[in-house]
Amino acid sequence: MDLDQLLQYQWNAMLPEFIILGVAVLLSVLDLFWKKQKPSVIGWLGFIGIIAATISLITLFPKENVSILYDTFVLDHFAKVFKLLLLIATAIVFLFAIGYRSEDSAFPYSEFYYLFLTALLGAMMMSSSADLITLFVGLELLSISSYILVGLRKKNVRSNEAAMKYVINGGIASAITLFGLSYVYGLSGSTKLGEIAYQFSLSQTEEVQYLLGISFLLVFIGLSFKIATVPFHMWVPDVYEGAPIPVTSFLSVVSKSAGFIILIRMILSIFGQASLNNENSVLEGFQTFLIILTMLTMIVGNAVALKQQNVKRMLAYSSIAHAGFILASFVSFSPYFYLDAIWFYLIAYTFMNVGAFAVIYYVKEKTGSEHISSFAGLYHDSPVLAISMTIFLLSLAGIPGTAGFIAKFNIFLSTLSINPPLWILAITMIVTTIVSYVYYFGVLVQIYFRQTENVKKTTIHYTTYIVIGLCIIGTILLGVFPNIALDFL
Amino acid sequence: MESASILLSAIVFSPLLVLLFLLFVPKKEFGTIRLLGFLGTLPAFILSSWLLWQYHQGLDLSTIAESRNWIRFGLFPDEENRPFTVNYELGLNGFSLLMIWLASFLSTVASVASLQIKERVKGYFIWFFLLEIGMLGVFAAENLILFFLFFEVTLVSLFFLIGKWGGFEKEKAAYQYLLYNGFGSGVLLLVIAFLFAKTGTVQISELTTFLQRDDIPFTNNDKLWLMIALLISFGIKIPIFPFHTWMLKVHVQAPPAIVILHSGILLKIGAYGLLQFGLGFFPNEFERISFLLLILGLVNLLYGAFLAFIQDEFKLVLAYSSVSHMGIVLLGLGALNEAGLQGAIFQVISHGLISALLFYIVNIIQSRHETTKLQKLGGLASYMPKTAGLLLVAGLASLGLPSMSGFISELTAFIGVFKEYLIIGLIGTIGLILTAAYILRAVLSINFGSPKFDKNEEDMKWVEFTPALVIVFFILLIGVYPNFLSNPLKIVLLTLLKGIGG
Repeated sequence: MDLDQLLQYQWNAMLPEFIILGVAVLLSVLDLFWKKQKPSVIGWLGFIGIIAATISLITLFPKENVSILYDTFVLDHFAKVFKLLLLIATAIVFLFAIGYRSEDSAFPYSEFYYLFLTALLGAMMMSSSADLITLFVGLELLSISSYILVGLRKKNVRSNEAAMKYVINGGIASAITLFGLSYVYGLSGSTKLGEIAYQFSLSQTEEVQYLLGISFLLVFIGLSFKIATVPFHMWVPDVYEGAPIPVTSFLSVVSKSAGFIILIRMILSIFGQASLNNENSVLEGFQTFLIILTMLTMIVGNAVALKQQNVKRMLAYSSIAHAGFILASFVSFSPYFYLDAIWFYLIAYTFMNVGAFAVIYYVKEKTGSEHISSFAGLYHDSPVLAISMTIFLLSLAGIPGTAGFIAKFNIFLSTLSINPPLWILAITMIVTTIVSYVYYFGVLVQIYFRQTENVKKTTIHYTTYIVIGLCIIGTILLGVFPNIALDFL
Repeated sequence: MESASILLSAIVFSPLLVLLFLLFVPKKEFGTIRLLGFLGTLPAFILSSWLLWQYHQGLDLSTIAESRNWIRFGLFPDEENRPFTVNYELGLNGFSLLMIWLASFLSTVASVASLQIKERVKGYFIWFFLLEIGMLGVFAAENLILFFLFFEVTLVSLFFLIGKWGGFEKEKAAYQYLLYNGFGSGVLLLVIAFLFAKTGTVQISELTTFLQRDDIPFTNNDKLWLMIALLISFGIKIPIFPFHTWMLKVHVQAPPAIVILHSGILLKIGAYGLLQFGLGFFPNEFERISFLLLILGLVNLLYGAFLAFIQDEFKLVLAYSSVSHMGIVLLGLGALNEAGLQGAIFQVISHGLISALLFYIVNIIQSRHETTKLQKLGGLASYMPKTAGLLLVAGLASLGLPSMSGFISELTAFIGVFKEYLIIGLIGTIGLILTAAYILRAVLSINFGSPKFDKNEEDMKWVEFTPALVIVFFILLIGVYPNFLSNPLKIVLLTLLKGIGG
């Protein structure tokens, strides 16, 4: 490959990635050589980088599909919309991170900021790759960055425990995925998704079909770690609780979105065409199995959340439950609402969940605790935050008028619009949603009905208020005028 | 189809205007807040009364229907280029017009009754207005999504009203309310989502015509299940035995001013939904379960009446009496003929007025005595003659004294039942006798006997007395001039009966 050939590639399709990469490098260099550094400057630089990447991505929207570097990088519609989702979510989380102050005086703020960027880069690569190698590298880039992010509070025991659990679980999950992918490579002789899909769509002997089934199970189960669904959900509560709160929100929205992105990219293209028993594709053959996992995820997430007294842990279980809802849309394989439903759910979830975490951060700063009772009397000393939290929780519970409702309704439609309708999933969703009312409204009861003596005022960084404001706008706007987002797809 | 009338939006969202004002009033200005609370309910009441009047004069309701583009999902698979659409659609028929009028009227009444709310008045009225918007919206909604949206608004706002301003066990009551009704609306959402997924529309009239066609993608079995799901979701709201425990708690624990709305309007949403959607969408399936409805109605009627007879808490007497009276609605629906349906709707509205009046009086009694236990009250007539007189009137209306609305409703409903099933009608009349017994037992023991309280208790002031008189006026009006209700209902009944081939 000579230089001319290299220059012929449409590199501008990768502009958003280059910007993020450049800013991440710049920040790490600054961190190294700038002696009397101000963390906030580094933070804002990172934020500007994300915004610039978002703008450059938007300019790429009218572009035709691009595929460069032998399909390791493709920019199709899927990549564009999901990258936009990732960028918006990270921008909000990043703003939250800028306002975050750790109780640990040696907290490495600069690393904190640029590790978000590298993680984001990994996620963006995943949404834009059609090759197993780059998909996996993107996944690992995201994972490794997040392992460090979780353990950044070095002196905090919980943070260390969380990081440890995260690394070990994540390592196991990656290994399982990779093991499954090795079968895929062995059976098809290629790492290109398009090539693999073609190979598998040809008729296969029974032995191969058997191996395909195994590899599907391994890949899916390994990836369920990232999206935090059964059977790889046990890490979620501990890691969410131990991580610094912006990292928690990053894991729950960006990392989860990335998980779904890779799930859709890989599983749909590899196993969507591959036939299992000469009639069904692998995906259809395993649909029952996936449905059971989805139901378990919804049930486990919502049922265990009932007993949580720590609000962060509660939201961790709720995050498992929400992953279950999104997975319900994934396993329905409905032709009409498929990507829309998942995309919309993720963006809605971003707004409501990050918003809720931002309010939890305020309460933590005020009372020093994340126990549910520390929300008592919030309405009296900070009505605005109380109302914000109400909106976020109602949205998480799926009450109409909020983004959460439209998101859930979309998923209902995708489970019911197919033939025959997946009643069992829809009914599980309804029942678990009603169960979830108990714990979401439990927080509201504390906020409005309980009194507290602790009326100490706390100030938090203004960016946190901006985050809450943005999240409210997002939650309400998408709830009342969902077409702003839906038309976009 | 876009249409420009904004009258219905104005009615539904009129409380919002005052609500915004309210946000800027300081918390301590109780007087101003209460005044605003009262004024905020007036526009809807005035407009809907005017509308009702116009309708009596022959106004065509389709001219005030509203439709705006709202949400479009992906393309509907069966037909070319038609997206799944949810428009913002408001519209009325005779039944919903009456309900919206009743809702706005009782809101005004309840806002006066809310004078008894002594703490956190501002927060109270904010939720109160949201509740009112929800109630008005439910009846004005012309599509299922919008209906569901407003339905959930009432759910959330009532949760807070009960949980914050209620009695001793308020939080438990609020939770029970939330979970039961959350379940009900969950089932409803399932039905809505399924219909939407299969037909691509949620507009009520479109769905009604669509579901009558033969080439629809549903089997009769599907339809039966949908009908049963609707029966469960609205049955919880009505409430049908055995789903009634939550409403007993709400009746006792919620502030009486809110129970006026709860018992007067919110419970009626169940009957409204069963009629508009259950009977409207699935007339044949409705016919198949009509006998079940009759049995359920009978159970409600007798069970409620028996238990009302042995309660020593006046609110519980009224709560069970609501269960019992809703049984008559079910009986009327189950009879499935013109008289039965008309009686059911009459009963919905009449009971709305009567139970509102009763709880209005409960509110007065409770504010003076801090209790509504039958044993602790007595001799009211001797020191609070106005209240006692009203209570007697309300009691008589409730037991169905001729010339009052209760009588004409029960009469028509039972005519319907007798036409179809003689035995069930006969058993049902036992319930009516019991009604007289438990109402008189409760009312007489409160009004007469030796006074158990200091005679200095203040009787109703004129501010409090006037709304009650207006309710009494309407109860009598319906009693002596039933055309007030039956005229607006003519077309609705005709359409419904056409559905069942009657």
